[in-house]
Amino acid sequence: MTLPSFDALNVGDAIPLLALPPVSRLTLALYCGASGDHNPIHVDTDFAHSAGMPDVIAHGMLSMAWLARVLTDWVPQTAIREYSVRFAAMTQVGERITCSGQVTEKFEAGGERRVRLALSTVNAEGQIKLAGDAVVALA
Amino acid sequence: MIDRQFIGHTMPAFEVLVEKGRLRFFAKATGQTDPVYTDDAAALAAGYSGLPVPPTFLFCLEMESPDPAAIRNLLGMDYRKLLHGEQGFSYHRTACVGDVLRFEQRIEDIYDKKGGALEFVVRQTRVSNQRGEAVADLRTVTVLRHG
Repeated sequence: MTLPSFDALNVGDAIPLLALPPVSRLTLALYCGASGDHNPIHVDTDFAHSAGMPDVIAHGMLSMAWLARVLTDWVPQTAIREYSVRFAAMTQVGERITCSGQVTEKFEAGGERRVRLALSTVNAEGQIKLAGDAVVALA
Repeated sequence: MIDRQFIGHTMPAFEVLVEKGRLRFFAKATGQTDPVYTDDAAALAAGYSGLPVPPTFLFCLEMESPDPAAIRNLLGMDYRKLLHGEQGFSYHRTACVGDVLRFEQRIEDIYDKKGGALEFVVRQTRVSNQRGEAVADLRTVTVLRHG
């Protein structure tokens, strides 16, 4: 994988987005096992009901992993310097999530040319679920 | 109210082995299709010593602590009232399969908002590898809802 050109990028440029299939219970079960996060609120509907929730909710860190794929589909992960998110809203079963990123800043630091990206995951209605940013070192 | 005396408290360090099966399982669970994350040959060809630890999997490895509830219990937080508010990573070096990662957790800050209705715990975790090299710093903000 070759690094995108720092010079060719402009503030405001979008990087390729990632559109996911609707969130399924199978995906939540797989993520429960793979992540080691066994909180029943993500996989056990009976537990969710007892906690006053209408249904299970997706793991926030599953969305953060999807959003990281936007970065690693674009650059090798060795180029990622920082990555952080705020969990703004819960992601529900059946929602169709899209992950995207946009260049917000170009700068030099640590002897490298870097870009800052604004990142988000949104549902089909455009509701923001995760909002974050990343710093990536480019050639 | 969470006792503010725990600001600055450090937890006992622990080590976690990065296992191949978990990395492949995580790739499947997150819909990862890039062979670098599942295929040894592709990872080697990309310059890694083996399958790389994807960006957010460090958080999962941190949950492999001998006592994942240690901080909750120390601070007396009911897990049913907890929310994951923010998560951040600063990366220094990509960890790979076979690495033994050392996690050092520190309670960086505890504060409240909305007249104490919400309390926030900021945890900072330093991750290094078996050679003592810095791998990443994790920042986790947990929200405790009262009422």
